[in-house]
Amino acid sequence: MRNTILLVLGTIIAFAVPFMFPAYQNQFAMLWLMILFALTWDLMGGQMGYNSFGNVVFFGVGMYITAVIQRDLYFDIEEYAHVAGRIDALTPDQYLTGIFLGMGVSGIVTVLVAIILGAGILGLRGHYFAICTLGLTIAAGEIASGIDYIGAGSGIVTPVFPTELMAKGMFFYFVFMVLAVGTFLTNKWMLAGRFGLAVNAIRDDEDKAEAMGIRTKRYKTMAWATSAFFLSMAGGAAGNLFGFIDPINVAFAGATFGVWMVLMAILGGKGTIWGPVIGAAIFHITQELFWTYLFGWQRVALGAMIVGIVVFFPQGIMGFLRQHWPHLFGHKVDEQTTVEQGATKESEA
Amino acid sequence: MSMLQVSGASKRFGGVIANEKISLEVPEGKIIGLIGPNGSGKTTLFNSIVGYHPLDDGSIRFEGQEISHLRVPEIARLGMLRTFQQTRIYGKMTCVQNMQISKPNRNEGLMSMFDRFPKEDLARIDHLLEFVGLYSKRNLLAGDLSFGQQKLPEFAMALMNEPKLLLLDEPTAGINPTLINGLIDRLKRANEEMGITLLVIEHNMRVIMNLAEHIYCLAHGEMLAEGKPEEIQNDQRVIDAYLGAH
Amino acid sequence: MIANLSILFDAPIFVVQLLIDGLLIGALFALVAYGMALVWGVMNIINIAQGEFVILGGYVALTVANWGVPIVLGLPISFIVLFLVGWAVYRAVICRVVDEDLFISILATFGISILFQQLMNQMFTADVRTLQSGLDTWFLFDDMVTVSQIKVVSFVSAIVFGVAVMIFMRRSRLGQAIRATAQNARAARIMGIDTDRVYAMTYSINAAICGAAGALVVMTWFVQPFAGLAFTVRSFMIVVIAGLGNLGAVAVSGLTLGTLENFAGFILGAEFQMAFIFSLLVVILVWRNYRLGRERKVLR
Ligand SMILES: Nc1ncnc2c1ncn2[C@@H]1O[C@H](COP(=O)(O)OP(=O)(O)OP(=O)(O)O)[C@@H](O)[C@H]1O
Ligand SMILES: [Mg+2]
Repeated sequence: MRNTILLVLGTIIAFAVPFMFPAYQNQFAMLWLMILFALTWDLMGGQMGYNSFGNVVFFGVGMYITAVIQRDLYFDIEEYAHVAGRIDALTPDQYLTGIFLGMGVSGIVTVLVAIILGAGILGLRGHYFAICTLGLTIAAGEIASGIDYIGAGSGIVTPVFPTELMAKGMFFYFVFMVLAVGTFLTNKWMLAGRFGLAVNAIRDDEDKAEAMGIRTKRYKTMAWATSAFFLSMAGGAAGNLFGFIDPINVAFAGATFGVWMVLMAILGGKGTIWGPVIGAAIFHITQELFWTYLFGWQRVALGAMIVGIVVFFPQGIMGFLRQHWPHLFGHKVDEQTTVEQGATKESEA
Repeated sequence: MSMLQVSGASKRFGGVIANEKISLEVPEGKIIGLIGPNGSGKTTLFNSIVGYHPLDDGSIRFEGQEISHLRVPEIARLGMLRTFQQTRIYGKMTCVQNMQISKPNRNEGLMSMFDRFPKEDLARIDHLLEFVGLYSKRNLLAGDLSFGQQKLPEFAMALMNEPKLLLLDEPTAGINPTLINGLIDRLKRANEEMGITLLVIEHNMRVIMNLAEHIYCLAHGEMLAEGKPEEIQNDQRVIDAYLGAH
Repeated sequence: MIANLSILFDAPIFVVQLLIDGLLIGALFALVAYGMALVWGVMNIINIAQGEFVILGGYVALTVANWGVPIVLGLPISFIVLFLVGWAVYRAVICRVVDEDLFISILATFGISILFQQLMNQMFTADVRTLQSGLDTWFLFDDMVTVSQIKVVSFVSAIVFGVAVMIFMRRSRLGQAIRATAQNARAARIMGIDTDRVYAMTYSINAAICGAAGALVVMTWFVQPFAGLAFTVRSFMIVVIAGLGNLGAVAVSGLTLGTLENFAGFILGAEFQMAFIFSLLVVILVWRNYRLGRERKVLR
């Protein structure tokens, strides 16, 4: 009952926000994106113990695929390069077709990419996986900077949003809301069954999981492909929200988005359903404050914040709550006495 | 024909000869013992059988099928499981969750990744946890159990997986002597009631003599002796090996 | 790409040029990798901030040179300054994550790396900087091959310096304590070794090695606030290939990587040199793991 009320309330607020704060639509859209980042990372890092710095690759790939489809659907490249930055020729119909077709295609393509990359990379364990994926992100950015078809180092300008449709911020607020909520529900649904326990088992002891005959590779690939799917669609939308794709600082942004994902999930509490959501919200607010009050030094502050969180608060908010109020999480710790008695009784029998 | 047939298995680690031309057989439905002084190569033999490392030489057949080229999870899915000398469980999951995920994985399709847990599972889990004497601790995180206690969920998880053959590496190590009788009893019941064939490494002579119908004894990586418990007990070579005559 | 390859076939003398340049820079890679192996082996920490220490060392040498200090003093000054920086970083952050799980320390050092990048960016701007040594260039093979003397000086310094650190590790009491801790920290602690101090020294010595390497890098190559990660990744690759204990292999892998990178830069074009390094990392890890997988092992 209480849950239903909360749910209804939450939905109303989520729909009301862009109308109540029209000036902050972009920020709220970004908040949904951050939540999606944290959730997709947590499925790998928190639930499965595969700490990835490389998930942002799927975000970038999605961004490029969508932009290229939007571009090539209605322009030839020469013409596009010529009018760069000034493509206001798209009708709402063309725009919507382009962006949603792009996002759909990138969702499918990145799932394939995740499966192919996963065949090699998901075999790596622990820190080798972490560093390999870090390498992957930077390699992707560097490679993209060298390919002329996608604008090389100077990137791509995405089509101008047709404002006769609705306000740009409003549109993207709802796109990201749908994606983030979709990610959340998917995570929740997947984790509620066998998948959830299997990835937790991989996190706790992968050797044991293999010894018990669990098809670890299949579960790992599934988790990675799911992250990839949502990240790439988010990437497609994000490229349009930003209006501009830079290979290293926007698409394959390992030192910003790539680390933020990790940080938000840890801050909220990795390996929990709500932790990433809470972590993302807090992180996003802090970051907006940094931009406002520490202009010029905000990235320095972010670096300091990473170190601070990792060193002093690695268990995260949910972990902190769990430590102090374990009964909220359904862990029973008070059956100790009855157990000892039960055990002895049994041995006598 | 025997369920498990190891013939001429050899394994070296650099200069150390851990196993040299070991042959043994485990017939279906039996409880077989494997003993030997520390470092005699028992765990190494287990590791070779379940696919932890490649054999240098020899062959391993399970139900007539050559398995020495298969990998750990594949072998496990054929119905041969092992427990670890250093107990391994999923520490941050509750005992019940440990059991739930230990269901057999033999014939699962892609979509069974998302299966829920049916009622029958829970009943079976309760039954097995009861069987190993862990029922009252079922909702604790497995990692919060004491080291001795952790042997119990590991054993229960193995049973949950419905193996045909179960390799147990020192199941009584670290378990308090008064509980050992109960454990022997459970192993025998697992063998009789659930029809699981057992191959057991054990240092505790009383336990293994009680349990096994046939015993193999390793020393310095070689098969020293084999036979009925009485024969092994009275074998001078075995006694010498255990007294440390090198 | 094909065009560049055919140049190599038509004028094999270029091969000599690339080889020499590669080997000369490779010695610096090996030096930095040696420091990483030290910290990894002793403290079980993969120091992602490794490259930032190198770059910072470069800026230190650059700054003191601008103050009018003789260039030859750049290396020892960077060494000392970075030793102190390493000490401070250890006391502030690393000592709190030494015993945590590996990912926490990776993330913490990644944070330090980002922090240093941004600080250097604020202090020195994002421009590419070099330090002119004032030394000459040799022209060999009818002027077909050029070898700048500073690169040779740097190569020799790197080797001398590396050997000196090695001897220090073997002979000095501190070196022995460090090696004992690397083998078994618990036992070392029981034997009365102050492992916290050993860790602090190890981390600082590593930072100092990076600082010295940085002083050479700024004279032979360039520094830029965001160029550090490439050094980290190079060191990591070298250590993965060479293993933690094997110094000879570290040297060989370092020189090989330097050469390889130089050839790749020439053949693929300079814009793909970074792409090459980072892709190589992925390929090497996957390939190593695949090889181990055939023996039913994984990279650990
Ligand atoms: N992975 C390994 N690498 C190198 N040597 C190993 C490895 N595993 C086992 N050994 C060596 O092989 C020999 C046999 O070890 P094993 O663990 O099989 O003995 P065990 O009979 O199980 O002993 P215990 O009764 O103490 O458990 C030992 O000398 C051991 O040091
Ligand atoms: Mg053993």
